[in-house]
Amino acid sequence: MIRLLGDCIVSPLGFSSRENFNAVKSGQSSIREEDGAVSRIDRSLLSRCFNSTGAISGDYTPLEQAMIYAAFHAVKQSGIDASSPRTIFIISTTKGNVELLGEPGHPYGPRRIYLWHTARLVSDFFNNPNKPFVVSNACISGSCAQITAKRLMERRLYDYAVVVGGDMLSEFIVSGFQSFQSLSPVRCRPFDAGRKGLNLGEAGAAMVYGRHEENDHAPGLYLTAGAIRNDANHISGPSRTGEGLYLALEEVLEQTGRDSLAFINAHGTATLYNDQMEAVSLSRSGLLAIPVNSLKAYLGHTLGAAGVVESILSLMALNEGIVLPSLGYETHGVTEKINVITQCMPTTGNRFVKMLSGFGGCNAVLLFEKKV
Amino acid sequence: MNKITSYYRLKDNRLTELYRSLEISYPKFFKMDRLCKAGFLASEMVFRSLGEDPQSPKHDTALVFMNSSSSLDNDMDYQTTILPGNYYPSPALFVYTLANIVTGEVAIRNKIFGETSFYISSEFSAKELIITAEGAFDGKGIRRVLCGWTEYFKDACDVLVMMVEKDAAEGLDFTEKNINQIY
Repeated sequence: MIRLLGDCIVSPLGFSSRENFNAVKSGQSSIREEDGAVSRIDRSLLSRCFNSTGAISGDYTPLEQAMIYAAFHAVKQSGIDASSPRTIFIISTTKGNVELLGEPGHPYGPRRIYLWHTARLVSDFFNNPNKPFVVSNACISGSCAQITAKRLMERRLYDYAVVVGGDMLSEFIVSGFQSFQSLSPVRCRPFDAGRKGLNLGEAGAAMVYGRHEENDHAPGLYLTAGAIRNDANHISGPSRTGEGLYLALEEVLEQTGRDSLAFINAHGTATLYNDQMEAVSLSRSGLLAIPVNSLKAYLGHTLGAAGVVESILSLMALNEGIVLPSLGYETHGVTEKINVITQCMPTTGNRFVKMLSGFGGCNAVLLFEKKV
Repeated sequence: MNKITSYYRLKDNRLTELYRSLEISYPKFFKMDRLCKAGFLASEMVFRSLGEDPQSPKHDTALVFMNSSSSLDNDMDYQTTILPGNYYPSPALFVYTLANIVTGEVAIRNKIFGETSFYISSEFSAKELIITAEGAFDGKGIRRVLCGWTEYFKDACDVLVMMVEKDAAEGLDFTEKNINQIY
């Protein structure tokens, strides 16, 4: 169990977790249908905001700016010493600065394409002496990075972990998803019968976690458990039986029990197969009555940032005692009778489950808890 | 102490030759990118040396790989398919622009239902391999972790795949010194 000490989301909906949460709560979406139904961060706004960190935006790519900005504000909120050898940085990204492959004359130097180099730039910004960990596990990376933080701190290797997730959109990424025919031309509709695919989104987000002593019952928000499981079925298609996700759900719920679950924050990409697979897994795990939401219609699928962004927004909802509504759902569109929530509702539950699944057949489940 | 019960070091980039020498029939191999082929073959050698049936479901096994260049080798191939005037992106190539697909390929081949994770590090690090592989033992019922360094970039193949087991009677201790020796 590790405790959340600070967080920040950078997205088109705002440059703090609070701005993003308020926007989502009021039903705003950053997906621009006139711009190819993607969610993009304004680059000039990003570099202007980035100056508040004291660094020079021209030295960093947009992805690095978003990651450093998010980490800077999360660290500030937490009050930890990010330059301490007892603090570790864990970076989550699927493609890093891959757009540089298409810009042969770029000014950043040849190493900038490597994910470990991006990670090092982030930790160097804070003068952190440790080599950062980098997780690149497709769309579940953001949850894996939090599980890594938990494992490192439970082994007492570090006292604090700064988890930073980010991905920006480029021709490289958009063309690939297009070739898969998985992009929706309109705002996505998770779990709806008329869903036509996913929207891609840009975000940078950070969470600062602290090590937790067993006898400490301090009020706060905690990552209690996490599990990763593979479908062993297909590299790009979800398992029809939802095997890996089901196994991950069972592993987490066996440890923690099924009581007082406030909601399940699904991956809910709004592709035909993902949403169906998640519904099957939830059914197999006996979770059909629990409120379910997907946040994808607000911010799109933010790839390596998704696990971080969606965990933060869901933690804020848990903290306020509400379940955020799932945007874009009208007609039930999966075979199992999952309980998709379309209106903001109060909850007395003090725990929620976060699910993600990704290419390579991987699935991650996190369980968060509010202690009062 | 966890033990390395089998390992395979692969530096030769003649991957198709190695595949043919195994005398297996796995047509999916030919669809894979070079990183996946290299990781697949080294894993195949490890499972073969342990005398395992790829078809038997493995819920007690996790998979943790690491490298430096992610999927850059294939990313550069994909990039040439999205040039203006020469635009023909294909899902068959795009799917391999994720480093962790190699863990998926090995999981599918060997029916591994445990954790699959992929980490990136600037250079080979026995210390990081140990930390990340030992983390995977946290998974319920995980008794062994197939782990290692799977680097492939610009014809340079640098792969070490190890099976690390809990409570094994025989094998090399899973220590930095031993890993550096077999690397």
